[in-house]
Amino acid sequence: MAKYLLLKHYRGAPEAVNDVPMEQWTPEEISAHVQYMEDFTARLEATGELVVGHQALSPDGMFVRYDGEGRPPVTDGPFAETKDLIAGWTVIDVESRERALELAAELSAAPGAGGKPIHEWLEVRPFLTEPPTITE
Amino acid sequence: MDEARLRALTPTVIAVLGRRGADFAAAEDAVQDALVEAVRVWPRDPPQDPKGWLVTVAWRKFLDASRADTARRNREERVEAEPVPVPGDAVDDTLQLYFLCAHPSLTPASAVALTLRAVGGLTTRQIAQAYLVPEATMAQRISRAKRTVSGVRLNRPGDVATVLRVLYLIFNEGYSGDVDLAAEAIRLARQVAGMTGHEEAAGLLALMLLHHARRPARTGPGGRLVPLAEQDRALWDTRLITEGVAILQAALARDRLGEFQAQAAIAALHADAPAAEETDWVQIVEWYDELVRLTGNPVARLNRAVAVGEADGPRAGLAALAELDPALPRHTAAAAYLHERDGDLATAARLYADAAQAASNLPERAHLTRQAARLNARLRGPA
Repeated sequence: MAKYLLLKHYRGAPEAVNDVPMEQWTPEEISAHVQYMEDFTARLEATGELVVGHQALSPDGMFVRYDGEGRPPVTDGPFAETKDLIAGWTVIDVESRERALELAAELSAAPGAGGKPIHEWLEVRPFLTEPPTITE
Repeated sequence: MDEARLRALTPTVIAVLGRRGADFAAAEDAVQDALVEAVRVWPRDPPQDPKGWLVTVAWRKFLDASRADTARRNREERVEAEPVPVPGDAVDDTLQLYFLCAHPSLTPASAVALTLRAVGGLTTRQIAQAYLVPEATMAQRISRAKRTVSGVRLNRPGDVATVLRVLYLIFNEGYSGDVDLAAEAIRLARQVAGMTGHEEAAGLLALMLLHHARRPARTGPGGRLVPLAEQDRALWDTRLITEGVAILQAALARDRLGEFQAQAAIAALHADAPAAEETDWVQIVEWYDELVRLTGNPVARLNRAVAVGEADGPRAGLAALAELDPALPRHTAAAAYLHERDGDLATAARLYADAAQAASNLPERAHLTRQAARLNARLRGPA
């Protein structure tokens, strides 16, 4: 088994196919989307492939760095453009890379405006693992 | 005997060990071990005297642990030589344990964890699950908390308010995992109110009961948030409401108002309205005035502004809101609501979308996004 991070962000990715902001959907479409996400997590749990269910991040963040001994941290932000941010992630543990891509595609098919799939781009990143015991 | 009744014996048994000379940290560990054994043994071999059984087993666990710890040899000889309990009042000892777990030297998160374990009798694993942190992290938090309070000598009663604040925090976390933290907080508040007879302890218990009564109506399908005005009031638990109101009235009659009694009074007025539009907003505003006077709390001021909007119209609510810091949590959501009531749908839709971005939890974000979507659909007109 191998762990993968399914990362939802908008940095560098092309626009989604069905790219209407959520507040322009109908309330029913929003409910259907939320339900789809919950069902997705429940399915992964049932197949024994879920590590961390969908985690959402607030856009209310900033960059921060060390600024030397005795000085307070330097910050940059909060961000003006929320489209540049990581929105959330899921961690799965699956048999193959193909399976990871299949699940990411399933997540990307979550319904949006008009009840049609968003076709949202997700970043899929394998975790670096512990070294194996037997190497020769 | 069910698990809650078993756990209810925890502080008493810790107190008995304390009176026999065990220090708090060791006594607490020994009682946890005894609880684990009770869960294992009691189903097939229930004891005649559950408390006596727990005391005996916990004391044995304590002696075993002391013996294993060579650094504690001197004390072991002392405690083995004097197993005679020092006389003391069991209720006072239990209450002292609450004070210790809520001691001002602890951070709120540590006080919550220690209270759930030492007086709630929950296991570290259960507490870790409830707060979504690894068990090892929670174990460290608890043992650091125990170390922090290990030197504290309680020779006079602590401040009940510190205990109530910890219980309020536990209740407000709701529940996740196997443990119903709200129910647990109610159980502990009931015990504290019974032991102290304090008006604010009664006020907090009433507040919890009145909010707990609404729980079945608070969420819809898929965990979606249902706001108070739209809740199906037939789902409210009338037994809890009746009990909460009775406890509150008895507390108010003693004429020593505090913030929890004032909050409970507001909850009681909501509970009293058969439908949202029959809510007595004028009285609710008066209670918010009391609450603001008692606490100066900016969140109370924000809620007051919304209540003013209901009592005197949305313009009055917006005027009250304009006096407050826009950075307050839910300030934008409150403004959106009042603008919608005032008929300015475009402003309301924009503010709801902004408020969704600022929401601190997913159900609230989804709810606010849905509100923005509802207004945007109306603004677009029929499709």
